[in-house]
Amino acid sequence: MVTASDNALFGAAQDIPAGASLAYNRVPSGWTAPNDSPAPGNSDEVLVAVRNLSFARGERHIFDGIDMDIRRGKITAIMGPSGTGKTTLLRLIGGQLRPTAGSVAVDGQVVHTLRLGELYELRKRMGMLFQSGALLTDIDVFENVAFPLREHTRLPESMIRTLVLMKLQAVGLRGASRLMPSELSGGMARRVALARAIALDPMMIMYDEPFTGQDPISMGVLVQLIRQLNDALGLTSIVVSHDVHETAAIADYIYLVSAGRVVGQGTPAELADSDSAWVRQFMQGLPDGPVAFHYPAADYAQDLLKAR
Amino acid sequence: MNVFIRLGETTLAMLQKLGRSHLFLLHVLSGVPGILLRPRLLSAQVFSLGVLSILIIAVSGLFVGMVLGLQGFNVLSDFGAEESLGVMVAASLVRELGPVVTALLFAGRAGSALTAEIGLMKATEQLSGMEMMAVDPIKRIVTPRFLGGLIAMPLLAALFSMVGVMGGFFVGVGLLGVDDGAFWTAMHTHIDFWDDIINGVIKSLVFGVVVTWIAVFEGYDALPTSEGVGRATTRSVVFSAFAVLGCDFVLTALMFGDA
Repeated sequence: MVTASDNALFGAAQDIPAGASLAYNRVPSGWTAPNDSPAPGNSDEVLVAVRNLSFARGERHIFDGIDMDIRRGKITAIMGPSGTGKTTLLRLIGGQLRPTAGSVAVDGQVVHTLRLGELYELRKRMGMLFQSGALLTDIDVFENVAFPLREHTRLPESMIRTLVLMKLQAVGLRGASRLMPSELSGGMARRVALARAIALDPMMIMYDEPFTGQDPISMGVLVQLIRQLNDALGLTSIVVSHDVHETAAIADYIYLVSAGRVVGQGTPAELADSDSAWVRQFMQGLPDGPVAFHYPAADYAQDLLKAR
Repeated sequence: MNVFIRLGETTLAMLQKLGRSHLFLLHVLSGVPGILLRPRLLSAQVFSLGVLSILIIAVSGLFVGMVLGLQGFNVLSDFGAEESLGVMVAASLVRELGPVVTALLFAGRAGSALTAEIGLMKATEQLSGMEMMAVDPIKRIVTPRFLGGLIAMPLLAALFSMVGVMGGFFVGVGLLGVDDGAFWTAMHTHIDFWDDIINGVIKSLVFGVVVTWIAVFEGYDALPTSEGVGRATTRSVVFSAFAVLGCDFVLTALMFGDA
């Protein structure tokens, strides 16, 4: 378990008043302490603005005109049933896919209109945590975390070593720096990937299903890490997940997405008290409701009789 | 009617893939200057594609050379021309068998591994992850592998031919009693540096481009599932074999057609 007291990175952050710059970290301008509540729609406070976004794969419409505001310094969760394109949304934000209509603007830049060089510059300021971790399997943990530093900076080896050890310390895996990715458990691989994602001190991190398939301890570690990193490093976090309890515990704001539309949004408390039957079914994990238990099918009795 | 629709769809899909593979090659080549500045990335690939293929290439070369020695002796001795065995073995190896068999073995040993490696990197989101770290996976991962294959192939073909000549010598001179001096002298006078050796090197360079290109493209273009990667690996080896044999005919016609 990572605690603030045994963690130099967090310890330093906690001694500094909220909103002040951390010595080694680039805090995005406009970042405010988490307890400030800026007016919604204030563009300085919105890091990622999704406007009327539509996306289709062939004939299948995945998003149909969705709007979202991801506010700076906050943890915004995007939740919804499996297969609703939550991961696709992250790829649209990261510019790996192009929207069929509408736009995604990150820090004022409309992602799909950027040239490749500009897109890569923007991506240096974004971290992404893939569901599988996506660690490079032919190099060890240390080299994985050092990878973005070696690719994008010309820091001397001693500096890279210090930075990598700091990042690994932040996720509690400094001792595992010489292990190969195949020797890590799923939870450890995700923490290494998280250390790699913060290696370049990004302004935001996108988490793709960070809790899926984790045991309770790893889950607890990840939940705490996401919150602590967000607050200590002044990040903006986007968490895509369908784990209601874990996500609701750390999210400042939640968007519920289903069938290509935003079907509910609000703080975790607001959603818990929602009037919408769909939102209640999802947040409480009820087996039947607006989302029927049965996949649409022909009449049951007739279907059985046909078999004869 | 359905047959025509299918035919049209297949043709279009093939043309699209051909187009994609050429754009891909351009993208790979655009990464060459960057990789030349980082020779370590390149040397690692020359090692894994070239050095690790040495054993299979050398052993195959030895046996092919020995078979050539045996077969050549049987035919040539009917005409009392067994002194020409050295020329026959060396010419066959340097002009044809060296580049072609090396390319086929390389496709099986290194090409399939390249396809599977890149395909699995795609399936496990490693390539996607690199893109999100603002690292171009084609330039960082594919270009060094492509260049590595390009460098390794002519060297392996040369090794194959050299070991093959030794095999032919061992059988012809050592076992069947061809005259030692005649074996080497005939080879020395009849094998031309430009016509034979350089043409062989050009062939193996072309095969290096073709085999490695097919291997990296199939990996990069694979469906990101275990089945997709499996199919891509098979396609990589099959297409490489066809491409090598087809190119070999064209190159042979161009190089030796008027002789």
